[in-house]
Amino acid sequence: MSEPTASGPLRRTPLYEEHVRLGGRIVPFAGWEMPVQFSGIVDEHVAVRTACGVFDACHMGELWMSGEYAGQVVDYLVTNDVKKLGDGQALYTCCCNAKGTILDDLIVYRAAQDRFMIVCNASNRDKIAAVFRKAAENHCDFSDKSDETALLALQGPKAFDVLARCGADAAKLGADLKSFHFRDAVVANVRCTVARTGYTGEDGVEIFCASSDAAALYRSLVELGKDVGLRPAGLGARDTLRLEARLSLYGNDIDETTNPIEAGLAWVVKLDKGDFVGRDALAAVKAAPLPRKLVGFEVTGRGIARHGYPLRDMAGKEVGVCTSGSPGPTVQKNVGLGYLPTAMTEIGTEFQVDCRGKLVPAVVVKTPFYKRAK
Amino acid sequence: MSNDIPQDLVYTKDHEWAKVDGAQITVGITAFAVEQLGDITLVTIDAKPGDTLTAGKAFGTIESVKTLSDLYAPISGKLVKINDALDKSPELVNEECYGKGWMVVIEAADKAEVDKLMTAAAYGEHVKASAH
Repeated sequence: MSEPTASGPLRRTPLYEEHVRLGGRIVPFAGWEMPVQFSGIVDEHVAVRTACGVFDACHMGELWMSGEYAGQVVDYLVTNDVKKLGDGQALYTCCCNAKGTILDDLIVYRAAQDRFMIVCNASNRDKIAAVFRKAAENHCDFSDKSDETALLALQGPKAFDVLARCGADAAKLGADLKSFHFRDAVVANVRCTVARTGYTGEDGVEIFCASSDAAALYRSLVELGKDVGLRPAGLGARDTLRLEARLSLYGNDIDETTNPIEAGLAWVVKLDKGDFVGRDALAAVKAAPLPRKLVGFEVTGRGIARHGYPLRDMAGKEVGVCTSGSPGPTVQKNVGLGYLPTAMTEIGTEFQVDCRGKLVPAVVVKTPFYKRAK
Repeated sequence: MSNDIPQDLVYTKDHEWAKVDGAQITVGITAFAVEQLGDITLVTIDAKPGDTLTAGKAFGTIESVKTLSDLYAPISGKLVKINDALDKSPELVNEECYGKGWMVVIEAADKAEVDKLMTAAAYGEHVKASAH
């Protein structure tokens, strides 16, 4: 989990009081007071894999670009091809600087041909807002609606069973909302925008609503989900779930010192889509042999890899670094992600994790560590 | 929380407990420490039986899903016993931190050191302060 990066007093989401009432343990995260766990990380993790969980993602940023040229401006700022989106469709992308390293990873939503919402990480909100605001100048309108917008994630195989109890409109979402699509919907009497996206490796939705409605919606989901096993879930489970699904965490696996190609995110870099920020640098990265790659590994010895632990070859030479690591509650193994020299990234390659001076054997494995059954 | 603190044990500021039985000191971590750590997934005792431990120095680590924490010797002396059950079942610490979740037994070099450890009442105050 990345360190808080914002300075100044910690902020609270509209769900803070709910978290306290539900017994959440509150920690500082990216400048916010967020729940790290409620019933326990493993319990919440298992609930999301087998039933469902509800997460507070209100700290994330929601930026809007609108106007005739909004689509072109957004497309120029990100690596994936925004032109491919239809109304009500979303895509995952990186936003790079001119050097081709990663400023943030985002989801871009096309609400209409001339209206786009960009969801960015909490820790990067000011930085990304500045980039988009500047790019919008003289071309389109920019607006940062993060404060007035709440975001709840309802994730897990029973997510749509919970929505089925949230009114006639919400009940239809399971059938009519495809992956990476979104639409307006009334959920438990709250006007929302619901997207079939998430950060857990499970089916489910992310629900946007007005900040003023967030607590009521959260309470309804927790209440209506009780008998299908819904758990309020915190940042701890969010981290283990996303790691098992090999979803990158900004500040850990990707940052301004890494590029999308080495991070395994080449699939969101569309070099042939037309010009965009970082295109030349990324074309050069792609044309040359990669010095290193982000890989998934399993710790085969007795130890848990953690963010920042050095990775060493079998001779003990430092060759890379662990960017994320933890026990995987579903895969029942200690897993991690880390950068290794390309020559060491073949599946099955053995190396060692330097766990505070103790060398623990590990092996490169296929990712994602966990993939849900379709 | 303070109700959870057994009266017959003594404590360190780092949230270890010590049970004094003659010169034999059994060591574990407190319910407060367990609650802070969450799901415990790995207990590693680096010292071997026969090793000399020094009060306040780390003799191993305990890891949860989220974090790693050092284990400190509450008292100096010879390590005489390790709870091998924790190797396969670290969750015993979650389930029974004052019982089956014990970690090591130390033979105290100087029993007077026990008096430097906190009473249950003093530890209760310490926990209140640590919780904020």
